[in-house]
This record gives sequence, C-alpha cells and structure tokens, in this order.
Amino acid sequence: MKAIGIILAGGNSEMRLGELTNTRAASAMPIGGCYRTIDFPLSNMSSSRISKVAVITQYNSRSLNDHLASSKWWDFGRKQGGLFVFTPYISTDNSFWFRGTADSIYQNISFLKKSNETYAVIASGDAVYKMNYRDVIQYHKESGADITVVYKEIMDKDLTKFGILQMDENNRILEFEEKPIEPQTNCASLGIYIISRTLLIELLEQIVPEGRYDVVKDIIIRFRRKLTIKGYKFDGYWSNVGGGIKDYYNTNMDFLKQEVRDIFVKQYPYTTTKPKDEPPVKYNFGAEVADTIAGGGSIINGNINHSVLFRRVYIGENAVVKNSIIMEGCYIGNNCVIENAVFDKNVVISEGKHIVGEEDNPVVLKKGSVM
Amino acid sequence: MSKNEMIAMLLAGGQGSRLGILTRKIAKPAVAFGGMYRIIDFPLSNCINSGVYNVGVLTQYQPLRLNQHIGIGIPWDLDRKNGGVTILAPHVKGGGDSGEWFTGTANAIYQNIEFIDANDPEYVLVLSGDHIYKMDYSQMLEYHKKNNCTATIAVLEVPIEEASRFGIMNTTEDDKIYEFEEKPANPKSNLASMGIYIFTWSKLREALIQDSKVHPDSDFGNHIIPKMLESNEVMYAYRFRDYWKDVGTVESYWQANMELIKTLPAFNLYEDFWKIYTNTDHQPPQYVGANGKVKMSIISDGCEVYGEVYNSVLGPEVIIEEGCVIKDSIIMSKCTIGKNSIIDRCIIDEECTVGENVKMGIGENVPNKDKPSIYNTGITVMGEDTTVPDGVEIGKNCVIFGKTQTQDYPDMKLESGMSVIKEGVEI
Repeated sequence: MKAIGIILAGGNSEMRLGELTNTRAASAMPIGGCYRTIDFPLSNMSSSRISKVAVITQYNSRSLNDHLASSKWWDFGRKQGGLFVFTPYISTDNSFWFRGTADSIYQNISFLKKSNETYAVIASGDAVYKMNYRDVIQYHKESGADITVVYKEIMDKDLTKFGILQMDENNRILEFEEKPIEPQTNCASLGIYIISRTLLIELLEQIVPEGRYDVVKDIIIRFRRKLTIKGYKFDGYWSNVGGGIKDYYNTNMDFLKQEVRDIFVKQYPYTTTKPKDEPPVKYNFGAEVADTIAGGGSIINGNINHSVLFRRVYIGENAVVKNSIIMEGCYIGNNCVIENAVFDKNVVISEGKHIVGEEDNPVVLKKGSVM
Repeated sequence: MSKNEMIAMLLAGGQGSRLGILTRKIAKPAVAFGGMYRIIDFPLSNCINSGVYNVGVLTQYQPLRLNQHIGIGIPWDLDRKNGGVTILAPHVKGGGDSGEWFTGTANAIYQNIEFIDANDPEYVLVLSGDHIYKMDYSQMLEYHKKNNCTATIAVLEVPIEEASRFGIMNTTEDDKIYEFEEKPANPKSNLASMGIYIFTWSKLREALIQDSKVHPDSDFGNHIIPKMLESNEVMYAYRFRDYWKDVGTVESYWQANMELIKTLPAFNLYEDFWKIYTNTDHQPPQYVGANGKVKMSIISDGCEVYGEVYNSVLGPEVIIEEGCVIKDSIIMSKCTIGKNSIIDRCIIDEECTVGENVKMGIGENVPNKDKPSIYNTGITVMGEDTTVPDGVEIGKNCVIFGKTQTQDYPDMKLESGMSVIKEGVEI
C-alpha cells in the first residue's frame, strides 16, 4: 500500500485573501499561533507514512519555499523518499506557467514515472485538518474505485463555494458540480483524491495534450461515468483558509476552542511545523490576557482578549487587543486599541493608535505596514 | 575559524548534588532552566553562535535524558558531515582493561585523547555544562592566539569578599597569570575562574599524559593549571564582563530563573543575534483561558493556563487548572496542577501531577530535617514524575518524590521541613 503524496500548494489565483496573499501562497498562511496551512497536509502525509511528497507551488512561493527549506521537521529528510518542491520552470519545449491543477502535475510527470508506489494521494495545501490518508487508501482499495474523492457534509458554510457531490447508495459519484448556484446536497469535496499512480499518468497524458488542465473539471467531472469514482466521508474538523478573509479569520479563532486545539496539539499524531526556537512568552506587570493563544518569543505588557498572537509579537503598556489576529513580529505600541483586526507580519503600530474593524469585516493591514 | 582549528569538550558528567532531588534522575546539565531550556543548551548554543562546530559532550552521571536531549544535535545545527556533536561516555578500553570512570575534569579529557587526535585540532576549548551565560568563544580564541598562550582561562571579576569561594587567578597588570589559588582564605585578586579554558592542544596533550602518571584523578584546577604555571607556560586570564551564573544550589537555581521574569532581565533571552537553541520537538502555542491571569511570568509553548500565575516560570505543556494560584514558583514541562490548588515558592520538576485543592509552600520556614544544607530557604521541591493527591497541605522546605497518596500525609498535612520519598529512593 505504498503511496506518494502530491500537495497542490499553488492555489491562489483568485486572490481571495486579498492583501494577505500578495506576498505569499495561501498554503503559507500563518495559522493558530505557530503553524502555516501547509503544515497540516504535510503532517498528515508524514503521519500516514507517506514518505515521498511533492509540493507543487506557483504563486508567490518564496515564503513557502522558505518554510519548506528543511524538510526534517516533518520527518521527510530521508535518503528514501523525501520532500520535493516543484515550481514552474522554463525549458526549450516548455515555457508555461502551470495552466491548472492537472497541468501542474503533468509538467512534473517524471516525478510520477520515476516512482514505484502504487497510489498517489493528492491533497490541497490550503486547508486545516487531520486525516489518516491510510484509511482513505484502504477504502479506495476495498471499494475497487478508480478514483476516491474525500468529502464532508458541510453544515455551516456557504456551499456555493465548494464542489458538491451527488452519490448513489454505494457512494459512487454520479454528479459533481463545481460551485453550484443551487447545491443539491451538502456533500462537499475537500480536494483530496486517491488514484493509482499509473492511472494518473495515463489520464494526464491523455487530457493535457487536448488542452485540458484541471483535475476537477477535466478528470473528476469528465470521467465520472467512464471511471468508478467514489466518495469517502470525512467526519473530523476541516477548515479551508483559501476561501476568503472570513474563512481565514474563523479558522484561526477556532484554535481558541479547546476541542479544536486538542485535535492538533494533544491527540497523537501531532501537527508539526518548522521550529523557530523562540524563548518563552513574557507576561509583564501590566499583562491582562484572556482567551488568547500566544506564540513563542512574544512580550506582553497590555490587555489582550479573544485573540491569536503569533511569534515575537510585542504588545505595549495599556494597549488593548481584542478579537484580532496578530502575526509574527508585529509591534503594538503603548495605549493602542486594536479590535477586529488581522495584522500581517511585521506590522508596526506606534503609540496610541486606534484600529477598529467591524465584527464580520476585520481590518487587514498588510505585511510590514507602519502606522 | 577553519574547520578543525578548535574543538570543544563539554564536561557534562557532573551530578550537581546541591540541587538535591532535581538531579536525582538526571545530570545537572540536563536540568530544565528558563522554562523551555536545559542548562546545557547555553554552552551548546554558545558553541554554534561562536562558530565552534565540533563538540564532544562528556557524560557520566545519569546520561539518559542528556542523550535524548542532544540526540544527533539537530536543534543546534550540530548534525554535520564534518564534526558536529559526539557523545563521549566512559567505556571499557582494549587490552584487558576493565574500563574506568572519568575521575576528574582533566582525566575525562585524557581518556578521550584519541577522539581529539582524530579531529586534529590546534586548540581545545574545555567547557562545563553547569552555567548560564552567553559568550563568544571565537573572541577568546583570538585573545589566546594574540598572546601566544598555552592556556587561556576565562575569568569573572567577583566581589573580593566572595573570592574565597572560587578558584582565583593572580595576574600581572596585563592579565598574565602567575599564580592560581583554589578557594584562597586571603585572596590576592578577584579574578575567579569560570571553568572555561582554551588550550593549545599539543601542549595540553603532553600535560595530560604527564599528569595522568602522577594523579589518577587528574583535575584542571588542582593539577594541570598549577603544573603548567610551574613549567612557565604562557597563560593569560580572559576577562568576561557579562552575565554568568552558576546554578549550583536550589536557591541559586530558583533565583536565576526568577531573574528572567524581570521587566528588563539581566540575562536577555530575546536577542536575535545570539539565540539559545533547544530541543523543541512538539511545542504548540500556549493558551490563556477566559478566566486566566498571568503577570510577571514567562510561559513556554504548549501551556494552558486557566488559573492565575504570578512571578513564575512555566516549562512547556504545563496545565494550570481553574482556580489555581501559582506564585514565585518554577514548574517544569508536562506538569498538571489541579483545580483550586495554591503553589507558593515551589520548584516542581518535570511530569508532575498535583491534585485539586492542594496547598504547597505554606507555614513556617523550617529547614529540611534530612538535608538542612540543601533545603533551607523556604523552597519546597517536588522531584520528577511525582504525584501529590487532592486536598493536602504542604509546608516549606519539603521534598516530595514518587507517587504519593493520601496515607503518606498524616492529617492531610506535611509540615515544613519534612520529606515524603516513595520507592525507597534516597534524596
């Protein structure tokens, strides 16, 4: 049951996260105080004993590359297998950016051809969840499916942003509608697929030369009758951060809930990330902190409520921070008031500033802003 | 510094018996410090920050935790093709030898001459794994080379009235050492040896071999240094003017931890250019609950605080339940403090569990009955992996070790100065 992993970390074309993804891919977005989104699928791969993983990236991949530069933290620094990062390149017969998800795999097809693992697990790099891909492979094998699509019954999110499945009683997918105006079910595809490696090569070599470049549109939907494509139901916590600022904000705030935090932090296997060796958080005399996550190396002098602080954040005296996400390296001066805000990395707010967003429309300050 | 110019030999085999129960199961260099660190992280981080990439760590007393912590040196970037970190334990040698322990600081180096020779360095840096400080060893090496020394000894200026507690270097005006006195009754200078030496390897090698014939317990301070002075080798004192702390006793260990929580600490962990690295395998962010209160404290990754924490140092993954009040205490990694418990001026070692409604560190300051010289400043200490049941009251200067149960506490109380040691372990 050996499998290779493919993480599609390029997905950012619609710029749904606005200024936050100007400088990074959605899969490099900081999550929960110390993680980046890609840590979740990567840790899943590692804990599912998938030791050879390709991360395919395109948009603003610098910070992602930086994060992945050493693969030993996810236990991929091995002689056998390992982590491969593929970015678009130019050669004499090819000078394209990836034209779609399928194309991005096709342009690196030699990775698939040189492998000998039976299965390929394809996952997107922009969701937060914990899944044992082995269970899905087991299901895939036992059900005799050609392709398995992981889905979740989504209750509290806007279904028109998802790919919606309609299945028969054996979970065979009959219809797959991408972003339907009127969703027929609440079974949403999570963008996680299991397929045999050889079939994947075959399909890609067939569709890409025809000018078809998308995994969902040109493989799942187009082949739904010809191939047996089945759904695998996932019940655990799953949250997408690529869907917009609201999704990103809510995913981070979910980490303030013990039951969500425990999934990744207390229940084995843990989600791992690149360590930064920051010292402990320092709470000084004026610190009043409640319902808050803080990342290592932060120094807190002020009042913080219901917020997520990343690493090395400085909060000045009498500053008030509420319902906010403050990323790595931000400096908030004395007497500032920050509410309903998302500050990207290294934002500097000088003394006494008030930055207050609306409850369902947080203010976003881009990386390195100085006020 | 070229590849093999200098190798570091880190003496990490000491027990640190004045730390009492804290070193019952681990060597002193492996004792947790400053929340997330262990004492050995400081010299190890100094090594890589100084460009010393070849480090031998000499272990002897209870090396398990130390071995696990260091591993192949990944956290310090010491997993290298050339050099890196090597753990050197005493072992049986060939030729019918039954093997021997490291019997002294110099003897430990003597027994590893082969290891040093194999690396062929010009200089050897000898360090101990007992101190908290940041030091650039490459500057000390420059100084060593400039003065054409056989040995350079790092020294600290201590108050003259305390000088009789240290090994004192008597120097000429330009810091050339002419005499060494171990704990002199009437000190002539206030330059105390920090136990950090740079030797020119060829000279040290010779001295070690010579001395081993005379002293089976060969020691740097007692034998090698005096011997070198006698034979008129060039030795200089290298003055160190920054923070340096020996955390040898329960009280000084507690003090040094407490210094870190000051608003402007004398020892700064928050500098980017001289980072202290440690083994951070799984350390998620920390969470302070809606009713939590944290002031004047440092809290490590993965902690969850639902109660109140003041003037304290918490290691990774500590859980403080609701209603707790933690004051002036050190709580090491993976401890859980049950609901409504009060902890005052205590040191709680790793992986301890304190039940609900426990009061620790109350009552009068009576020195510990069994070990008054170790526990006498009011600090109650819980050893590693110890359990305290619900509802008990524990005094000051107490020592608790093992899985204690309600019946171990007559009237649900442990008076100040008393100890509960389970599993027949001596403190």
